[in-house]
Amino acid sequence: MSDLNKLGLAEARDALRKGDVTSVELTEACLSEIEAADALNAFVHKTPEIALERARAADARIGAGDAPAMCGLPIGIKDLFCTKGVPSQAGSRILEGFLPEYESTVSQQLADAGAVMLGKLNMDEFAMGSSNETSVYGNAVSPWRRGNDDTQLTPGGSSGGSAAAVAADLCLAATGTDTGGSIRQPAAFTGTVGLKPTYGRCSRWGIVAFASSLDQAGPMTKSVRDAAIMLGAMAGHDPRDSTSVDLAVPDFEALLTGDIRGKRIGIPKEYRMDGMPEEIEALWHEGAEMLKSAGAEIVDISLPHTRYALPAYYVIAPAEASSNLARYDGVRYGHRATLAHGDGITEMYEKTRAEGFGAEVQRRVMVGTYVLSAGFYDAYYNRARKVRTLIKKDFEDAFAQGVDAILTPATPSAAFGLGEMGQADPVQMYLNDVFTVTVNLAGLPGIAVPTGIDHQGLPLGLQLIGRPWEEGDLLNTAYALEQAAGFVAKPGKWW
Amino acid sequence: MLDLTFEPPKPKVIAGAKHDWELVIGMEVHAQVSSRAKLFSGASTTFGAEPNSNVSFVDAAMPGMLPVINEFCVEQAVRTGLGLKAAINLVSAFDRKNYFYPDLPQGYQISQLYHPIVGEGEVLVELGEGIARMVRIERIHLEQDAGKSIHDMDPNMSFVDLNRTGVALMEIVSRPDIRGPEEAAAYIAKLRQILRYLGTCDGNMQNGNLRADVNVSVCRPGEYEKYWETQDFSHLGTRCEIKNMNSMRFIQQAIEVEARRQIALLEAGGEVVQETRLYDPDKGETRSMRSKEEAHDYRYFPDPDLLPLEIEQTWVDEIAAALPELPDARKARYMSDFGLTDYDASVLTAEVETAAYFEAVAQGRDGKLAANWVINELFGRLKKEDHDITSSPVDPAQLGGIIDLISRGDISGKIAKDLFEIVYTEGGDPAEIVEARGMKQVTDTGAIEAAVDQVIADNPAQVEKAKANPKLAGWFVGQVMKATGGKANPKAVNDIVQAKLGL
Repeated sequence: MSDLNKLGLAEARDALRKGDVTSVELTEACLSEIEAADALNAFVHKTPEIALERARAADARIGAGDAPAMCGLPIGIKDLFCTKGVPSQAGSRILEGFLPEYESTVSQQLADAGAVMLGKLNMDEFAMGSSNETSVYGNAVSPWRRGNDDTQLTPGGSSGGSAAAVAADLCLAATGTDTGGSIRQPAAFTGTVGLKPTYGRCSRWGIVAFASSLDQAGPMTKSVRDAAIMLGAMAGHDPRDSTSVDLAVPDFEALLTGDIRGKRIGIPKEYRMDGMPEEIEALWHEGAEMLKSAGAEIVDISLPHTRYALPAYYVIAPAEASSNLARYDGVRYGHRATLAHGDGITEMYEKTRAEGFGAEVQRRVMVGTYVLSAGFYDAYYNRARKVRTLIKKDFEDAFAQGVDAILTPATPSAAFGLGEMGQADPVQMYLNDVFTVTVNLAGLPGIAVPTGIDHQGLPLGLQLIGRPWEEGDLLNTAYALEQAAGFVAKPGKWW
Repeated sequence: MLDLTFEPPKPKVIAGAKHDWELVIGMEVHAQVSSRAKLFSGASTTFGAEPNSNVSFVDAAMPGMLPVINEFCVEQAVRTGLGLKAAINLVSAFDRKNYFYPDLPQGYQISQLYHPIVGEGEVLVELGEGIARMVRIERIHLEQDAGKSIHDMDPNMSFVDLNRTGVALMEIVSRPDIRGPEEAAAYIAKLRQILRYLGTCDGNMQNGNLRADVNVSVCRPGEYEKYWETQDFSHLGTRCEIKNMNSMRFIQQAIEVEARRQIALLEAGGEVVQETRLYDPDKGETRSMRSKEEAHDYRYFPDPDLLPLEIEQTWVDEIAAALPELPDARKARYMSDFGLTDYDASVLTAEVETAAYFEAVAQGRDGKLAANWVINELFGRLKKEDHDITSSPVDPAQLGGIIDLISRGDISGKIAKDLFEIVYTEGGDPAEIVEARGMKQVTDTGAIEAAVDQVIADNPAQVEKAKANPKLAGWFVGQVMKATGGKANPKAVNDIVQAKLGL
């Protein structure tokens, strides 16, 4: 077989089980693609030795007839996941030299399911960003281009390295994390599938925390089926994470029938934003039509508090982050600033954190500190929490009316050029999350499915939002949309 | 249980240069929860371990680590709440208190600001027979302890020991119901006693397992009563908080010193500034640690890593049903069942180990006699050698054996003391010792009669005197006792002497 790296998880799994290919062959194919793709800056730390060792072990397991879900499948791991003995820096200078002595639950479960780790993937620093430009490693680059224009485009963020790597076939799939859209937006920008599960579905243990009440790990894949396979391996109760839920993990792949007849799909009117590009509007409409053709019922719904979601998110997430990032103080691990004679503990903190954190992280730590401070807490943090409750209730009301899933655009535009947002007001960048943050605030599962191509030849995605814990049903609706959309475009190889 | 009627003590009054002042004191007691593992990690809590050996990834706040509540610590907090007759909150929640310090790896302490696990309760603090103060408890919350920073090991560096980081503490917050230094010490002692009875804190103040922040203010006589009627704090003076006290003696000194400082300040026309202070026992003064302006803004917010803590009423009921007998109840029982005095009952119930020892001795025996032996003989002897009850060389069965020998009339009180000394220093079964060493009291009247006859025959002159003056019969008793090596039953000797002398 040739172009093994271009396979998805399902195809590769089937080929492995049939004996048409070995995991070592798959892994070597990916490793050589990764070696030739430095221009994408997707992998920030390559682990070929670990990959080949695990591939050989996987081949042995397959040979012995013991082939769990992800056995022998080469994937990339976002740098936010702590991986034992392998640099895990969350894209930040402050974790320079940090080698965890432990493995995150999700990456451990993937390894236990036989997955082969190829390396660590680029991301915005501490998952704070929508373009991958806040990474200490420099930004990842999208494999997509606007026709013959060689302007470098963002793969999105924060899971930009994951999206770029999957879209460019450097790996079969990758892990991502999503706090406000960090899986779904990059997936939409790169023509890949990105699923953010229900909050509590995947353990957060061992994943560097950004905003604990919003963070959730999920799969980034080449197809909906692959997302179903990979989620099955990532999900499950973990007693080490108090917010992880003790619920059985269904066989998500078995639920992919493509039959969505009689399902009610809600179209929230509040997601029709002023100044939204016509192409996005048209795509959204087409998506609804596709689901309708597949037998679903399309209903107009209202999620009245949607417009407060972005401001609430940009209070809650920085507030939690300001506290979560306090542990990076130069005392025990990671970067510590060189101190001048006479410097004390305060100077050590100040210099270490000034050197270790980039501008966007510093901005959010300051915003978070401010909104939690005495005298402002009620006006910002408490109010944001109330808004969050209302947003959650909006969704509950919609589901209570019999809506099975909600269809929205995934992003307000196609991928933009790297540096294009550089001069802009940070809020312009935050607007990228306008369709995705509500899902995190409400703790719901959401999936971005590539659905169309814009006039520049760039992929566009739609988002489906499901009921809590109903990822199976959501994946099946996404599967129907994927079938109907028939998105097959791939970026031309320029790197 | 006996209903203890009591009167409140008089508040401490300090005479200033101009007029009298009263003290108002509230306490925040930090009690380390007796638990083998920390509040949110499985790391050990053993005291005195090698620095940084009881530290998990969670305690060291490694990236991606998450807290998981230790159910046993929750149970201990509930048990403590029940022991202080407090309301148990079935739903409580954890908040983060944010500040930077090297011995606080997370950069925040997980505590319970908004929704503590235990609500209002009370502690009866006795200050003498019939005199007691009912101190109201405002709340008890669970929180993590910090580690230890060591600044004096190196001129250029500080060291951090994280062994204590994350150990569970209960912060027990009182209302400002304490009215003097002695009351403050008595309050801590009573709290410590209850916690030790409950087994929820070992009360070891030296190791810092029980320590207090003391809030002190002063007011003019009469103002406190206005506060009491209205619960309006504006009637009270501005308070200062003296941090981290772990000695009863220093707590009393610090309160006195701080109150006098405030009085001097107020009488000179100044104002007390609300602030945190430290007591320096060497100089006998309190010093400002940080003023209100420098006070940290802790940016409390609900910890998103932890779900609200929900417990079942049935579980609380189970804990309540298994609650041990507490000091007040036990003391009342000792007074009613054993007929002990208030003082003896207090002494015996002061420490849970002492009470257990006493009960083992008193079981099936005369309670008063048992109390006398435990308090007078045993305690006295233990004190001489700086032992405490847990290291007593005489166990309750041995002491009980001695008492049994007395009760049966086998030995006299005097012999019993000798026997106690032998058991104390050499060990062994008291009955066997008495048998083996011939210490048994002679009750055989024949033998005693023979001894009396002998003494009478040897001392005809004394016999004549005694017949004239019956008080001299005692001399004969003494002679007989001497002749029998003290083993004769003194009452039997006395009876026979009287009869033979025809008195």
